[in-house]
Amino acid sequence: MQAKEIAQSQLDSKLLEEIENKTHTKVSACFQCLKCSSGCPLAYEMDYLPAQIIRMVNMGLRDEVLRSRTIWVCASCETCTTRCPNDIDIAHVMDALRETALRSGKAETEENLRHFHEAFLSAIKTWGRVHELQMIGMYKLKTGRFMEDADIGKEMFKRGKIKLLPETTRGRRAVKRIFKKTS
Amino acid sequence: MKVAYYPGCSLHGTAEEYDESTQMVCEALGIELKELDDWSCCGATSAHCTNDKLSVALAARNLALAEKGQHKTLTVPCSACFQRLKAADYRMREDKQLAGEIVSLIEMPYAGNIEVLQIIQILAQPEIVEKIRVSVKKPLKDLKSVCYYGCLTVRPPKVTKVGDYEDPMYMDVLMETVGADNRFWSYKTECCSGGLAMARSDITKRLSGVLLTMADEADAECVVVSCPMCHANLDTRQNALLAEGKIPRKMPILYVTELLALAMGIKEVGALWSKHLVDPRPLLSSKGLA
Repeated sequence: MQAKEIAQSQLDSKLLEEIENKTHTKVSACFQCLKCSSGCPLAYEMDYLPAQIIRMVNMGLRDEVLRSRTIWVCASCETCTTRCPNDIDIAHVMDALRETALRSGKAETEENLRHFHEAFLSAIKTWGRVHELQMIGMYKLKTGRFMEDADIGKEMFKRGKIKLLPETTRGRRAVKRIFKKTS
Repeated sequence: MKVAYYPGCSLHGTAEEYDESTQMVCEALGIELKELDDWSCCGATSAHCTNDKLSVALAARNLALAEKGQHKTLTVPCSACFQRLKAADYRMREDKQLAGEIVSLIEMPYAGNIEVLQIIQILAQPEIVEKIRVSVKKPLKDLKSVCYYGCLTVRPPKVTKVGDYEDPMYMDVLMETVGADNRFWSYKTECCSGGLAMARSDITKRLSGVLLTMADEADAECVVVSCPMCHANLDTRQNALLAEGKIPRKMPILYVTELLALAMGIKEVGALWSKHLVDPRPLLSSKGLA
């Protein structure tokens, strides 16, 4: 990564504490061994490596971290968390950063991934279970990518893997209340 | 043996063949699966990626239902659901304050008395393996397989409690028990990209292309899986991958339970082959298995 000058005023001393409190993981224990980054299957897609994100959280580079592509293309495979010698739950830190980015309106890149999460959760909120067709429909309306993977969708529909009608559960109102109370 | 059963949304939709073959195999082995009454979605990747409390609560609701139904063990065939339920249980054990908040969110108590097991952890128990061994009617002789576990059955080990998380053997033991020519390979627990498939299919194609190429390098003819996301990511994109020259050939992706049912001579499994995008019938017929 290219060296960049950072002004003291850019640093947010509260970020580290905030993320450590949210994740119950000691982000400050990182000694930059890079095991997380060398084993990361998505490293090639990232603007900052996982170890760099951890360093940036330690330094308090709030905006850079929350606006990064890394936090969205992380696939939550948990390889980093599993291999960290300092027991830092890096995958969980990524979760906390995504949530913080969303709640503070700072999420910037990979909008389609956020549309996917939104469509997926909306189906659960409605029925208590995922209804693939509603989820796909909502995602396509949001993104306008109607023809993408249409061939695969057709093959899955033909095989009865995508249902016309949703399956629901008696507890869907209880599920809806969970959504309401955590929104 | 009585076990509560959490199918999860995929097994009632995109992965029906996993649900049906799991039920066939368990019935034949005397494992009584009792579907969890009123189960709801575990929240999957999208919940934990965007809302921490929501993700724990959606999963915990199902743990509480299992406890309410007086079950001891809850089995989950989907690796993603399995890991979300395990993670909710782990988080509530580790953090009593969070546990209190979750109980009030789900409006149900949860004492933490449910053991969550991935279905392959049950099937690979030594006494069940012995039962499988004596029920084999059609050994999968000459069927060259590699077993692919993906991420969420094994990681992170502090949550999953899996000991051999870098080299799990559950499915390998099962495939060897039913006589398959099971291969070793180094990609058992590599990532298929999971829930990125819809919004970033380019990533899914790249990661699944590597897996399929390495399976071919190991001289396998099929990949054996135990996760509906892994299945979809490996099964559905092979036409494009082949056309782009990213994989040497197409290869069927089979659920471990489908192959167990086949070896145990359960005829009904034959109806499931047409559910796959890469048709496994030519391969199975060439081995005299279908």
